[in-house]
Order: sequence, then structure tokens, then C-alpha cells
Amino acid sequence: MNGSKSSIMRVPDITNSPKVMENMKLLKEIPLGEMLIDRFQNQFDVITANDIPAVTAMRKEAMNHFISNGFPSSSDEKWRHTEIESLTEENFQYYLKPLDSEQDIEDLFKCEVHDFDTEIISLLNGWYVNKHAGLTTLPNGIVYGSLTNAMKLYPELFEQYYGNLADIQVNGFVSVNTAMVQDGVFIYIPDGVYAEKTIQIIKLIDKKEQLFVQNRNLIILGKNSSFSLMHCDDSINHFSSLINTVTEVYVGENAHFNLYKLQNLNNQSGLINSTFIHQEANSTTKSNTLTFNGGMIRNNINIDLQGENAHADVLGLYLMDKNQHVDNQIYIKHNAAHCTSNEKFKGILDDEASAVFNGYIYVARNAQKTNAYQNNNNILLTPKATINSMPFLEIYADDVKCSHGATIGQLDQEAMFYMRQRGISSSNARLLLMYAFTAEIINQISIEALRKRIDDMVKKRLRGELSVCEKCVLHCGSPDKEYHFEIDMSKI
Amino acid sequence: MLLNIKNLHVSINGKEIIKGLNLGVNKGEVHAIMGPNGTGKSTLAAAITGREGYEITQGEIWYKNKNIIGMPAEERANEGIFLSFQYPVEIPGVSMTNFMRTALNAQREYHELPAIPAGEFLKLMEEKKNLVEIHSKLNNRSVNEGFSGGEKKKNEIFQMAMLQPSLAILDETDSGLDIDALKVVAKGVTGLRSEENAFIVITHYQRLLDYIVPDFVHVLFDGKIVKSGGKNLALELEEKGYEWIKEQYHAGS
Repeated sequence: MNGSKSSIMRVPDITNSPKVMENMKLLKEIPLGEMLIDRFQNQFDVITANDIPAVTAMRKEAMNHFISNGFPSSSDEKWRHTEIESLTEENFQYYLKPLDSEQDIEDLFKCEVHDFDTEIISLLNGWYVNKHAGLTTLPNGIVYGSLTNAMKLYPELFEQYYGNLADIQVNGFVSVNTAMVQDGVFIYIPDGVYAEKTIQIIKLIDKKEQLFVQNRNLIILGKNSSFSLMHCDDSINHFSSLINTVTEVYVGENAHFNLYKLQNLNNQSGLINSTFIHQEANSTTKSNTLTFNGGMIRNNINIDLQGENAHADVLGLYLMDKNQHVDNQIYIKHNAAHCTSNEKFKGILDDEASAVFNGYIYVARNAQKTNAYQNNNNILLTPKATINSMPFLEIYADDVKCSHGATIGQLDQEAMFYMRQRGISSSNARLLLMYAFTAEIINQISIEALRKRIDDMVKKRLRGELSVCEKCVLHCGSPDKEYHFEIDMSKI
Repeated sequence: MLLNIKNLHVSINGKEIIKGLNLGVNKGEVHAIMGPNGTGKSTLAAAITGREGYEITQGEIWYKNKNIIGMPAEERANEGIFLSFQYPVEIPGVSMTNFMRTALNAQREYHELPAIPAGEFLKLMEEKKNLVEIHSKLNNRSVNEGFSGGEKKKNEIFQMAMLQPSLAILDETDSGLDIDALKVVAKGVTGLRSEENAFIVITHYQRLLDYIVPDFVHVLFDGKIVKSGGKNLALELEEKGYEWIKEQYHAGS
């Protein structure tokens, strides 16, 4: 190790643990899982410092599970097409305290969507950032802010809700998140409250070293309430990071929840995003997962339809190129009668990009009159791009309607010639067709300002530019990336 | 001469379809190309417009004094060659407005003209829609998606009116049209005829030629033009069918 501050420090810098300091050389070789177990054992007091007893107990149980099972690997059926070892065997730094950003925080959080008035929550390197307080209460009773602060103020809510949906047995990422997570976002929408403003979580990674970052979000929607959340994952430098986010959402009776996930990370980044949604009777959820960039992204979306007549729309769009990989695992559990679910994921894969779509629908014996629809459409632009699309239906009720479909294709050559015969260049014709392909998902975004903004990002992404707001000072992707599509969309 | 095709041979997957075709078209002329199915009429249209998969093994296609063999399809289009498709393609998700504006601006850019202002463009759309009696709103409809057979063909003529080609090829534009739609299409075409452009009308039937009166009629058979004449040849074909042409051709060869 040299003493230069500007060098990339790949070695965990655990200065407050002399024992670890002595073993620094050994640590160099230690993969992520072992490092985390070691930290849990050595810094248990730090990890549990802000806990209520129930959460501490949960941590211990989760860590025991992690010690026995570790991270998933390619030999696990559910991870067969996503090679996660290349990340989990890396050396990462994991901090148990917030870091000072190397940039001015006020400057960082300017990534506002034009005309789209939101309450912005910022997480920097996994930590809640707020100019004033850790927790904000709006006049209508909505509470949002740091998870850690909320745990102190509302222990009864945590005892009731926290950790009930995110099953630690799902995989090692969920268990290690439960065991060691330090912060995240808490949102509470009281009964009957219609949240006019969308809350936008902007998650930034900015550290000039390899970071492992964990977040935990708990969102509770009371009866007859309505709420939209936008969740953005951005990186602002070129260093690799691995983000492990677990989000639990309770959607109360007759409540309406909209979730937009926007993923725009650099090609060195890994993101494991596990979302667990519980829906009561007559509730609706609309989830839209938009993946524009990222090295390795895994989205686990688990939805439990627990009350009758609940409805879930689970939509997604992924636009990947180079060696990018995205894996969408959707698990929808119909546990009550008369529920409907609608899954639609569309993707365009260029270069050597790869994607996985795994749509699992479970219908319990009593979930009669279930109506579940699932569809995955893909366009592969090159022979080296790959998609693994797998539907699963597990049905125990006898009066249900379930359907699934998957398509993999190239751009329509007839349509290409038709457009070229009208004078449109092949690159523009390609772009128009790709854009048209994405429209079905984009048009489902019900907030108009957001739809326009996303629409613009898709155009830019297809054109090969960075998908960032013009106003934004962040340069989340890699500015030196190659341009694949060279047309000016403004002419269209 | 606007278009001069010399000894054209075209193959698809190694099979020769056009076998030494000659055709000259001057500005201001309308040429009808008739003939039985499978004789190479649509292949000729594909070869002129530069469709991939059609291999030109021999011959030349001169257009505006340039041999256009090897020129990309979009460049030929921007040079003023237009094809009204026999089967117009549906393009879900691409609105007619976007499509037309992109096409028109591509042409303008090719001729080093600035992009058309939005207001002017919409005015032009309305004007040309009226020409082919399209009454529905095209703005939010995807290209040809959900259009009836007649609407699709009207839409082709509408696009032709928007793009003002020098050479328009109408490939079986009359097929699948009822008489009212046929009249509308023919009226649209006639309205666009001028001393500066030319038309090649590919058809099975004489019916369309009652409304779009040709200067020349050619009979395409076995990949060659085997007979040419004036507009009366079409009437003769309508009356006698193609058998006598086939017999004459086989007797001659």
C-alpha cells in the first residue's frame, strides 16, 4: 500500500478495529461474505446501536442464516443465469457510519425532473441525507425520513411491520441486509390520506473506492390512502459498487400504490433490489421498473395479494448494451379470491448484453376467480445479445384464468424497408421502431410530467446518450462511452 | 429520360425472376405494367426501389442520369422514387405524424433544406388528407395500424402527395378497393400528375386505367416486357385475357 490519498483503496479501511488492522493483509483476499460476517461479529455493538430489541433479535437470526447459507451462486436455480460470484467474491468496503461526501451535497441533489414536483429524499452511499431533520412530518400526517430515526420514534410500527415481508430465507442478500443494514427510508401514509406529491428517493453512490452499500426501506400505506414513490438508483463516478436494497411495502385496504424504479448506474455497478409488497383487499399496486444502465442488476419483486379483489400491475422496461446484465424475478402470489395481476416486461438488448425474465405466478387453493396475465417481449439487436425468459405457473385453485407469453425477435424488416422507402435512414428507422416498442410501457406511466421525462430518457438512451437530466450536475454513466445511435430525435 | 432500364436481370435466392427487361420512362408519362401473377411485376418495383434480397445480376437502372444500382433505398426515395406498396406495412407505436414528419424532413435534409416548421407541416397534412378524402384524424394513429384495406391504399397516395415524388410506382394499388375508393385513389393520382413527374402503374386489371389513363401499356411475362402499346392494349387484354400473349410469346421463343 502506498500513502497516496488519490489511489484506489481496495482494502477495507476499518480503522476503529485494531484486530482487523493487524489482519489487513489477510483481508485483501477475503470475499464480501466473509468480510461481512467478520464485521458483524467484531462490531455488533455499532451495528445494533440504534435498534429496538425486536430488530436486534432479527439481525442475529438473519446472520445465523447467512452464516449457514451465504450468498447465492450460479448453482442455485434462481441464479443460474446471473453470475453473481464475480461480485460477491470481490473486496468491498462497507461503512457502518455515514461518510462525508467528496462533493458538496447541496450540489449533488439537483437531479429534479422538470415540472415534476416531488418530495426528495436523498441517500448518499446508503445514508439518509437531510439538511434539517432525520424525519419530516407533513401537515396531512405523512411521515417520511430516515429509517433509523423512525425506529426510535415509532417502535410500535416497527414491531408490527418491520421484517415481516422480507423473508430472510429468500436469499443471502435479504438475510445480510436484515442482519447489518444501518439506514434507509421510512414512509408512513395515514388512513384516508391522498399523497399529492410523489416522494422521490434518489440514491447516489459517490466514493472513490469499491463500496458495498445496503439500504432498507419500510413503507406503510394506511386504508383508503394513495401514494406514489419514485426510486432512482444513480452512480456518479466510475468506481464499482454493489448496492443491496430491501424494500417492504404494506398496501392497506383500498389503498393505491404507484412505484417507479429508475435504474441508471455505471457499468461497474451491481444492484440487488428486493421489493416485497403486501396488498390488502381492494388495493392496487402499479410497479414500473425502468432499467437504462447498470453493470449487473437483479430485481426481485414479490407481491402478495392477500385480500380479495386486489390488483397488481407489474411493468418493466430494460434497455441494455455492452456487457450489461439485468435479471427481473417477479413472484406474484394470489392468496385471495377475485384478484388480478398483470405482468409485462419489455427489453431491447444490444451488443453482448444479457437479460433474464422469470415470472412466477402462484395461485392458492382458495384464490378462485384469479385472473393473471404475464408477458415478456424482447428485441435482440445482435446475435451475441441473450435473453432467458421463463414463465412459471403454480396453480391450486380450479376456477382461474392465467396466461403467459414470451417473444424474442429482431426489428421488423418489412417495417424497416417501408420507412426507408419513404426516405428515412436505416438508423432512424431502427430508432423509430425501438422507440415504438418501448411506448407500451412508457404510456402506462400515469404521472404526465414523469412520463414525458422518462420518454425523453428513453429517446436519449436509444440514441446512445447518457440518460440524465439536462439540469443535472451528475454524470452518472460514463461520459466516454461509445455512441451507438447517431440520430437527432428532435427532428422526429 | 427520367428512368431507363437496360437489360435488367434480377434473382431472388438464386432464382431468376426478371430476365432481360428494358423500359424507358420520360417525365410527364404514365406507364402501365400489366401481366399475369408471378411474372415479375412486384420484383421490378423492388429492384427500382432498392429492396434488399433482390440481386441484380445484370443490367442497369438509370434514373435522373445516374445508374442507381447499389444506391441505398432511402437515397433513392430522397431522389424522388416513391413506391405505393401492394401491402402497406403496419407499424404499431409509430404515429402517422411522426412518421410523415421524419420522412419529409429526411427528404428536406437530403436536399439541404431546413426542417419544416410544425405549423406548416400540419397545414400540409390537412391539405393532402383532403386530396385523398381521409377524414379521420391521423395524428394519433399508428402507421397503417387498424386501417381498413381502402384506408391503407388511400394512405399510400396521401404519403405520395406529401412527398411529391418524380417517379411514383403504384404496385397493385387497385387491389382490394371498392369502386368508390378506387375513384378516390385515381383522383388523387390524377391530381398529382404533371409534366415534371412520371408514374408506373402496376396492375392486373384494366379497371384502374379507366381512371388513370396511361400513355403506354406494357405486358410483362416471364420476366420480360413481351408487348407494348397504347392505352387500347389494356382494353384488348381485358377483353381477351393473357392467353393470346402467352401463346404469341411461346410461339416466338
